[in-house]
Amino acid sequence: MTVLLLVIPIALSLGTLGLSAFLWALRNGQFDDIEGAEYRVLRDD
Amino acid sequence: MCCTDMALAYVEAHAAWSEANTKPSLSRDYAAFVARAADGSARAAFAVEGVRCAGCMAAIEDGLAGLPGVSSARLSFSDRRLTVTWTGEAEADIGAVLAALDALGFKAQPFAPGRLSDAEATETRRLIRALAVAGFASMNVMLLAISVWAGNVSDMTPENRDLFHWIQAMIALPAAAYAGRPFYEGAFRGLRAGRVTMDLPITLGVVLTLVMSVVESLAGAAHAYFDGATMLLFFLLIGRVLDQTMRRRTRAFAENLAALRSESATQVEAGGSLRDVPLAELRPGTRILVRPGERVPADGVVEHGASDLDQSLVTGETAAIGVRGGDPVFAGALNGDGALTVRVTAAAGTSLLDAVEELMQRALAARSRALVLADRATRLYVPLVHAAAALTLAGWLAAGAGWHAALLDAVAVLIVTCPCALGLAIPAVQVVASGALFREGVLLNDGTALERFAEIDTVVFDKTGTLTLPLPTLADGQPEGGALRLAARLALSSRHPMAAALAATAPGAEPFPGAEEAAGLGVRAVVDGVALRLGSARFCEAEAQAEAALAVHPDASVICFRAGDAAPVAFAVRQSLRPDAAAVVETLQQAGRRVLILSGDRPSAVEVVARRLGVTEWEAGLTPPDKIARIEALQRSGRRVLMVGDGLNDAPALAAAHASLSPVTAAHVSQAAADALFLGRDLAPVLAVLAAGRRARRLMLQNLWFSAAYNLVAVPLAAAGLLTPLIAALAMSGSSLVVTLNALRARTGTARQGSPAANTAPDPTRAPQLARGRP
Repeated sequence: MTVLLLVIPIALSLGTLGLSAFLWALRNGQFDDIEGAEYRVLRDD
Repeated sequence: MCCTDMALAYVEAHAAWSEANTKPSLSRDYAAFVARAADGSARAAFAVEGVRCAGCMAAIEDGLAGLPGVSSARLSFSDRRLTVTWTGEAEADIGAVLAALDALGFKAQPFAPGRLSDAEATETRRLIRALAVAGFASMNVMLLAISVWAGNVSDMTPENRDLFHWIQAMIALPAAAYAGRPFYEGAFRGLRAGRVTMDLPITLGVVLTLVMSVVESLAGAAHAYFDGATMLLFFLLIGRVLDQTMRRRTRAFAENLAALRSESATQVEAGGSLRDVPLAELRPGTRILVRPGERVPADGVVEHGASDLDQSLVTGETAAIGVRGGDPVFAGALNGDGALTVRVTAAAGTSLLDAVEELMQRALAARSRALVLADRATRLYVPLVHAAAALTLAGWLAAGAGWHAALLDAVAVLIVTCPCALGLAIPAVQVVASGALFREGVLLNDGTALERFAEIDTVVFDKTGTLTLPLPTLADGQPEGGALRLAARLALSSRHPMAAALAATAPGAEPFPGAEEAAGLGVRAVVDGVALRLGSARFCEAEAQAEAALAVHPDASVICFRAGDAAPVAFAVRQSLRPDAAAVVETLQQAGRRVLILSGDRPSAVEVVARRLGVTEWEAGLTPPDKIARIEALQRSGRRVLMVGDGLNDAPALAAAHASLSPVTAAHVSQAAADALFLGRDLAPVLAVLAAGRRARRLMLQNLWFSAAYNLVAVPLAAAGLLTPLIAALAMSGSSLVVTLNALRARTGTARQGSPAANTAPDPTRAPQLARGRP
């Protein structure tokens, strides 16, 4: 069962990675204009 | 210039004769609308009207990017707001931005900084961060909890189980401390104010679950409920975020509308220069300039200039009123064709607007005392749940079980009854239903209004601007031919609303070169040596013709035209009914609703409209207190009244009624008082709102009943001590899912069930007629 000591930290750090990615996106204004984003993705520039 | 009055005369003349008063033709000072960032760059926010598609967004952003000094222009499509940033060294030229937007065909108005509710945005972000943390925690805790559940029925060693419990505690305790703060604070605030809110059972449930789990883990027990506590927070925060999103969205649109209506005034400085100021900065004695076609921003007395005022938003009266120096003017009146310099009056508390506001506040206070569904549910729910937990504790103690077992079961009752589904039941329906209404051109000001729309059995309409279109059109049976064509072309050079009605009859025509507007009188031009005049009867010397036209159309106003010395022609212009007004009124009456018209206009004008719509109950010449009195009398007799109105004089009535609706062209006080605003020329949104309200209420009640049924099953189970963490997790997530899926049904059907007639009495001949009226 020593594998748990390896696997659980890996699972937790992956989860933390996801959480910090979300918080970064929130702070970066990625969710400020949800409706506009679907149109912006189609613009050329 | 020699003196202030001379400067004022110049300003008035310039404003009246300038080619297009809507464009900033004079240098105006917008400094009050610019915010400076720490690095010295300037930033300003604008409410933009008319943004409908991705093309609009691209046109605006590309069009503004080329302006000198602009470092970025970004339009938020979600709330129709444009943020422009200038580079550090550049001067923030708001006038240039407005002119560029105008050239692109969009109407815009800068926001005064600070009016944007930053607090709301901060709160939304805080809730979303809490939601993210709770989601992270519940996923990871669940991962470990499922291992324990599986281990309990197979070969997990107690040491490993304890390790897993402690890892869960390490994740769940800090996460709950952070993500649960909105609830803990709410419960604390409520207790201090002596109120029991829904936050209290949530806080108790979460805290007790965590404490119990830690105690059980210390004892090396087989069950811990860390997963239940985090999942609970996750689901409840979804409900909170939905609720907050709903509130923020409706408020953002209300603020945009308020900014686009005359929320700023043009102040005349001592030297004669002009400055745009927010309305709040106006003081008694301030002199303001009201350009032709603008709304009067504040009550005052005319100092210079003469013009016709359209007071229909203020009093409901449709005939224009001539004003000149010394006459009082009221906020909300639409200026005709002359520029006015107005001195804002000191009469605080006695002005028409103040009187209206006071009536409105009183009425709103009365309405806010009415309990909405969510409050009623809380009042029932909280004591019941706590009583059930106390009973469980007492019951087990009486039955001879030890303190440990009795407490465990009592806490289990609190956990399983924690209002996951209840917290989602109402906000989820509100968000989905308001989104569906938005697509039909209705903006909801207040989420709780949906429940009130559902109970309506009486509909009261204002006439001017509500049953009729806000802009006048040419009456039927008018003189045709050359005179009309010439008059229509000449009308293009005037900004008077009545002239606009004439101009609309000749689409694509070019204005006469050299046509000029005579302030307060009309417009004239010389074409092929013939002097053409269009304007008041006096201006065209056509009093006899005007009277003849008024005799035929008693509800109309008259605009006259004369070519040289030929016989003058009088055109009757009137407020025409909204295209589907008759169909909507008929549908309402067929569905068994009482329909009334309460108007401030003159009886002859109201009678014509009432007869054409088949409304037998109508009253004319009513003042705002009269309207409130009529509506309160109706409500005392047990009717639930929906008030539909747009005027300043309707605002108190809108607030007094059980629910209210305004067209988007309404006075801004009315917009603030109304529960919802509708866009467009049609009256059909009235039906859509009533149908959506009934549907939303039905879904909310279904959700509440489902939550109650869920508790009826879960509480005995928990009280009997049969609740394992697995059952708790399944019950909580299952009930939340059912409630959310049920709420999604508010999305469908509003378009099809727009007419109550289609609900109660299927009538195939009606449906297409109404469908045509809807966009």
